[in-house]
Amino acid sequence: MLIRTRREIPAREITDERLVLRRREFLAGAAGLLLAGCGPPAGAADRPDFGPGHPFRTNEAPTEYEKATGYNNFYEFGTDKEDPARLAGSLRTKPWSVAVEGEVAKPGSVPLEDLLRGLALEERVYRLRCVEAWSMVIPWRGVPLGSVLARLAPTSRAKWVSFETLFDPAQMPGQRTAILEWPYREALRIDEAMHPLTILATGMYGRDLPNQNGAPLRLVVPWKYGFKSIKSIVRIRLQETQPATTWHAEAPSEYGFYANVNPDVDHPRWSQRRERRIGELSRRPTLPFNGYADEVAGLYAGMDLAKHY
Amino acid sequence: MVTAAGLAPLAALGARAAFGDALGWDLGANPIEEVSHETGIWALRFLVATLAVTPLRRFTGWSALAPQRRTLGLLAFGWATLHLLTYAVLDVGLDPETLREDLRERTYIALGFATWCGLVPLALTSTRAATRRLGARWVTLHRLAYLCAAGGVAHYFWLVKQDVGPPLAYGAVVAALLALRLAPRGRRGAPAARSAPGA
Repeated sequence: MLIRTRREIPAREITDERLVLRRREFLAGAAGLLLAGCGPPAGAADRPDFGPGHPFRTNEAPTEYEKATGYNNFYEFGTDKEDPARLAGSLRTKPWSVAVEGEVAKPGSVPLEDLLRGLALEERVYRLRCVEAWSMVIPWRGVPLGSVLARLAPTSRAKWVSFETLFDPAQMPGQRTAILEWPYREALRIDEAMHPLTILATGMYGRDLPNQNGAPLRLVVPWKYGFKSIKSIVRIRLQETQPATTWHAEAPSEYGFYANVNPDVDHPRWSQRRERRIGELSRRPTLPFNGYADEVAGLYAGMDLAKHY
Repeated sequence: MVTAAGLAPLAALGARAAFGDALGWDLGANPIEEVSHETGIWALRFLVATLAVTPLRRFTGWSALAPQRRTLGLLAFGWATLHLLTYAVLDVGLDPETLREDLRERTYIALGFATWCGLVPLALTSTRAATRRLGARWVTLHRLAYLCAAGGVAHYFWLVKQDVGPPLAYGAVVAALLALRLAPRGRRGAPAARSAPGA
C-alpha cells in the first residue's frame, strides 16, 4: 500500500491530470459507442483493459472532474443533480468542528484540524455506486476512519458509529423543506468503521473537497450505496445500540441500514443488477460489494444479505 | 404552429446533444437519463394538453385549440414513442433478457409500456376517416386518453426516488381535467359557455 504524505500539488500537474482523465473518458466513451446496442463487453467486470489494481486504488478510469463535481445527490442543496454545484456556495466550511460524543474517552467539540492532526493523507481511488444505479470512480484524499476512531479511544461499549451532517437551513437551502428528515444521519457497525477501506475524506482529485461533494469532511464507504457516504460531517457518536439512518427511516422497504452494493437484491422499484458508469453509454453489470467483495464479504459471513439489505 | 411548438423541444435536445458545450446547455453527466426524462415529460405535457382542450372551451369559451387537438395527441404519442425508444434502445440496448425482466419485475416499466400501448389505438384512429368510420365508438375509444394520462402519471410517480412533488402535480392537473369533463355541461346563462357541435 502506497501511503503518500501531504504535498502541494502544482496547478500544472492538476491540469495534466484532467487532460488524462478526459482522454481516458473519451476512450471509454468511444468504446461504449461502438458497443452500444450489443450490451457491455464480456468480462467488463474483470476490467481486462485496466486490470483490477489494488483495492485502495483501482486502475479504472476516474470520472471526469466536471461530472464528479456537477452531478450530485446532496438534497441539502436541492433535489436536482445540478442543484448542489449551483447552490452550495453558501456553505461555510471554515471554521469547522466535529462534535465527538458517546462511548469515547473524552467527548467534546474538536476542530477539524485537530481531528486529523498528524495523520498522513492518503490517495484512494474508489468506485462509488449510487443506489439509483449510476456510478463513478473518484480519487479521494483522506485518512482511514479507523485511525481517527482509535485516537478517540472508544470504550468497550462502542458497537456502532453514527454521523450527522450540518443542519443550517440558512446555509443549506434544501433543508427549508422536509424532503428528508434533517439533519442527515448515517452510521456503520464498528467493524465496518474500522475497516481499512473506510475513510474520512477532505479532498478529491488532488484538491480540497468542493462544497457540493461534502466539504470539508465526508465519509467514503466504497462497498456500500453512495447514500451511506455522508457529507459535511459535524458529529461523530460512538454508541452501544444500532443508530437510525435517514434513508432507512424515510423508506425502510427501499433503503436498508447496511446498504451493501448487491446485484442480487433489487430495490423494490428498480433493478440493481446493472449500473451506468457516468461518462459511458452502455450499462455495465453491478458487482457484489461494488467489486470489494474480497476485502469486505467476510464482515457479513452468515448474514442473510437479502434480509439485511 | 402547434406542430412546430411540439417539435421545438426535440430540436433543443438535438442541439444540446450535438453542441451542448458551445451552447452552455448540454445533456449533463447522465445524458441518457436526461433524454429519457425530457421525452417522458413532453409526452405527459402534450397528453395533458389534449385533455385540457374541451374543458378550456367549455369553461372559458376559448376554442382556438380545438382544431389542434389531434396534433396535440399525435405529438403526445410521438414523444411517448421517443421515450420508449430511449429506454429500449439507448438504455437497454434492445437486450431481450433485460427487456423481459424489466417488464415482468418493474412496476413502473410495465405501467409505462401499458400506457404507450394504450396510446397506439388512439394514434391509429386519429384520422378523420377513422372518426367517420367509428362514429360514436370513436368517442368511447378516445376516453382511453384519460386512462393513459393516469398511467403516465403513475409511471412517473413510481420511478422518482423521493421528489414526488412533480408527478403529484401532474396527477392533480389530470384529476382536475377529468373532474371538469365530468361536470354537468354549462346551460344558458353559465359564464362564457357556448354550445358547440361535437364534443
